[in-house]
Amino acid sequence: MRKSIVKVKPVEKATNRRQFLKLGGMGVVGAGLLVACSNDDNGMGMMPDPDPNPNPDIFDLGQGDLGVLNYAYALEQLEADFYTKVVNSFYANISDEEMQVLTDLYYHEVNHRDFFKTAITAAVEGNTELVLPTLEFDYGDLDFNNREQVLTTASVLEDTGVAAYNGAGRLISNPGYLLLAGKIVSVEARHASAIRTLLNPGSADFAGDDYVTTDTGLAAALDPSVVLSAVGDTGFIQTPFTANNLP
Amino acid sequence: MDIIKFLDGFTNETLLEGKPSRRDMFGTLGSLGKKAMLSAIPFGLATMPNKTFAQDSGSDPVSALQLALTLEYLEDEFYDLALQSGVLPSGRPETVYMQISKHEQAHVDFLIAGLEGAGVTPVEKPTFDFTAGGAFDPFNENGVGQETAYAQLLALAQAFEDTGVRAYKGQAGNLLGSDFLTPALQIHAVEAMHASEVRRLRGLKGWITNNERGAGMPEATQAVYNGEENVVQGGVDVTTLGSGPSFSMEASTEAYDEALSGDDAVAIASLFIVSE
Repeated sequence: MRKSIVKVKPVEKATNRRQFLKLGGMGVVGAGLLVACSNDDNGMGMMPDPDPNPNPDIFDLGQGDLGVLNYAYALEQLEADFYTKVVNSFYANISDEEMQVLTDLYYHEVNHRDFFKTAITAAVEGNTELVLPTLEFDYGDLDFNNREQVLTTASVLEDTGVAAYNGAGRLISNPGYLLLAGKIVSVEARHASAIRTLLNPGSADFAGDDYVTTDTGLAAALDPSVVLSAVGDTGFIQTPFTANNLP
Repeated sequence: MDIIKFLDGFTNETLLEGKPSRRDMFGTLGSLGKKAMLSAIPFGLATMPNKTFAQDSGSDPVSALQLALTLEYLEDEFYDLALQSGVLPSGRPETVYMQISKHEQAHVDFLIAGLEGAGVTPVEKPTFDFTAGGAFDPFNENGVGQETAYAQLLALAQAFEDTGVRAYKGQAGNLLGSDFLTPALQIHAVEAMHASEVRRLRGLKGWITNNERGAGMPEATQAVYNGEENVVQGGVDVTTLGSGPSFSMEASTEAYDEALSGDDAVAIASLFIVSE
């Protein structure tokens, strides 16, 4: 059994290919990128690309507030899709408590996803070419009938979501968007805590030393490139997109 | 009630003592942008660019951090006394309180170091009264009994954590452009993880439904939850999102935590602060 389905890996541990893509300023998420970027190996090397969107056929999240909103939308799409699959086919012998938690998370994440679509569409004044498209997902051999796999995946998704919002806050310039991100990230943190306790009841894992620094009491914060590299490594997201204009 | 007095002390300290050093802080923190320039203007003259996001008195990074430190002092002392009280059952409650206590102590140290590093004198730790003038007896010091004391220990922890989450959120805008924004968000998330666990320890959901304080919470804590019933986010009624059936009020309010203004956070904290 695969214990940890999604891992937030340090960049060094990524495959050579991913590392190359990242160093080349070409972080791309989604399985299709292997085709779309196949000629990068020969040409661009380590040079930063001055073209903000060198692959016009692949959606780029954009920069600034728009980039952050699209980034959040991508992560919320993943969470919403994952929990939709979870609640449509709960694993066997699920407890009432776990069913309640996972059902709540499903509603929250679907709401977040739909909110970002609406908010971004409004922000770009209807220029839908700037809105991240609806992504497709594939969970490979993840067994949705296996409690440990479902909860472990949920835990990693929630932990990653919190770290992503924490790391993206400084990239936001509009105080209204910052407040909205704040309203959502604390709910993600509440989720992360609950799932962690379901996995290890009675422990200190709800805000565990693996996630919160013991000397300063700070939860994780990660840059988009690190988060997207890790998410990309899961293979869950099938629709390629790039984040060339986010750190 | 000593709220006004407390606020005054709070504000004066920031304005007077902070004045020469605040410039240092801004230098230390690097690019602060519009907020910093605004905060250099005396209060009466400052106008916020967007009224929707205008904060109350003390809308600058220093005030935000001083408020955060005040709340962290409160939480830190509360959990210390809780662990010493003998009221907490061993097992999960004690494990949970020990982990939270460790974080609150770290937050106090972190904020003091951050303020001092920026050349600002941190606010002094207030004198706390967790009986709130005799309304509670969470440490069983006045003989309320272990069971009631424990229930109050949990209820106060929930109120403090949910307040912390809302208060940090309310200060995020004041830290925009400051190097303290990211750590403040990181603390904010930790408070939310604490809040979820304490709520679940009490048998509630980890998230806030409507503006419900939840079963067993004293009415005095309702101020912590007022406003959480909001369903309009960024001008959008989130019950109406998507193409399917509308979202319930429960799910729509649970999915978003609301901010608390600095004044409201101070008002809640000052229930537990003894005026000198």
